[in-house]
Amino acid sequence: MTDHQPDDNNSEGLDESRRDFLKHSSLLTAMALTPSTVLKAASSQWDERLAGAFEKISLSLEVNGTKHSLAIEPRVTLLDLLREQLALTGTKKGCDYGQCGACTVHVDGRRVLACMSLAVMQEGRKVTTIEGLAGGDTLHPMQEAFVKHDGLQCGYCTPGQIMSAVACIREGHANSAEEIQEYMSGNLCRCGAYPNIVAAIMEVKKEGKKL
Amino acid sequence: MNNFQYIRTTSTKAAIDAVAKDPDARFIAGGTNLLDLMKRGIVSPEKLVDISRLPLNKIEREASGVRIGAMALNSEVAENAFIKEKFPLLAQALQAGASAQLRNMATVGGNILQRTRCHYFYDTSLPCNKREPGTGCGALEGNNHMHAIFGFSEKCIAVHPSDMCVALAALDATVLVSGPTGDRKIAFADFHRLPGDKPHVDTVLEKNELITAVTLPDSPFTKNVHYLKVRERASYAFALVSVAAGLQLENDTIQRACLAMGGVAHKPWRLASAEKALIGKKVTEATFRQAAEIAMQGAKSFEHNAYKLKLAPNAIVQALKTAAGIA
Repeated sequence: MTDHQPDDNNSEGLDESRRDFLKHSSLLTAMALTPSTVLKAASSQWDERLAGAFEKISLSLEVNGTKHSLAIEPRVTLLDLLREQLALTGTKKGCDYGQCGACTVHVDGRRVLACMSLAVMQEGRKVTTIEGLAGGDTLHPMQEAFVKHDGLQCGYCTPGQIMSAVACIREGHANSAEEIQEYMSGNLCRCGAYPNIVAAIMEVKKEGKKL
Repeated sequence: MNNFQYIRTTSTKAAIDAVAKDPDARFIAGGTNLLDLMKRGIVSPEKLVDISRLPLNKIEREASGVRIGAMALNSEVAENAFIKEKFPLLAQALQAGASAQLRNMATVGGNILQRTRCHYFYDTSLPCNKREPGTGCGALEGNNHMHAIFGFSEKCIAVHPSDMCVALAALDATVLVSGPTGDRKIAFADFHRLPGDKPHVDTVLEKNELITAVTLPDSPFTKNVHYLKVRERASYAFALVSVAAGLQLENDTIQRACLAMGGVAHKPWRLASAEKALIGKKVTEATFRQAAEIAMQGAKSFEHNAYKLKLAPNAIVQALKTAAGIA
């Protein structure tokens, strides 16, 4: 048996039509998978726009102290970049629509939702995720407090809770249980560990360590 | 999410040009509403022009009042010492909106332009004249418990979701806009539209115009103010009804009042007649009840939102009492 000798490949004519078919079908597949912007560009023969839509954009940013130079599609969210390209899966995808807070990270020191942030818009910014909080094997004081106060059950919302909790204290919004509840309201916990989360934050606040 | 071209601009003019040239281009700043809409396939711009780094984020005192750049973050405005001192109603309204994370992302310009949260608008399998003109209003005969009691049309009964805008309406804000042919100023009351026959058009802003700033005149409402937001959970939910109330008092006599409601109409709902009715009156619950009755004239409910006909006047009374310090 030879490497390649399919029955329909022994005549030039057939070969041509097969190639045409393949070209055609791959074009159809491409069209089916392609955003309307490219289809419109293709139908209008706008080569420039066709190139533009497929183009990956270069992005430089710093994540947990490490500088990254990447090439990404414009539609990639910061959350997907972290999880799928940088293998930082500590940041969780809960709702992916900005409603649950599981994807909370710090960008230039501000807590934000990674699922509602385009990665390309973070050019030159410094991102801190849950992986960047501990110092080697030494847990961050907020992580210690969550363990001590049992501020979790299933743990899925915990990275977002902890990133938000650190920011809550840094912002100066952790002066009472009521204030913590208000300023942590963007982080949902369906297990209902809220009282323990508030207790953990109040203890870290009381210790007065610089976070 | 469909892919798109991404352009980062460094000047306001370049950003406006980029959007003016391309009918399918849109500005993106905080992205907290636009990305949500794009992920759900409600809008699919082919080009996004990133305006988040334009130098439009300053909060500046002016000879009279304040100028807030369109790119100022909701959290920056809410925490700004000058805003908290001179425009506490705005600071309170901002703090009542969204979550700490979203306030760190959302801009003032984007907040003004946010789309309704009507479920029929968000669900692409259901009819909605705002999303797809001519398909009908699903909420009219559907689940309308979140919907309007003022200013609606048979084409659309959705409400505007912003808290910040309720305060801006009460405080007589002006929206500053730049476009290809120059700048213009739009009084806040004229900025958002009622649905009428064109519910897909939320505001009078032209497609290639950019909000550059919001200005507020000096306000007498620095002390006796309250933003009351009634919602289905204690925090991080859209308003069923909200009230921005401000009183200027001399002893216990009302000199001036500002009053606006959220969650009741397609735009922030200014209560001008109720404001007038308060002037010269003594601070009592009866005074506030009377103003609330005036405010509710013309209100009409649907199958599931009749509760708002009671909730709204009670919220007005409560907000005014809290502002006056007699709650």
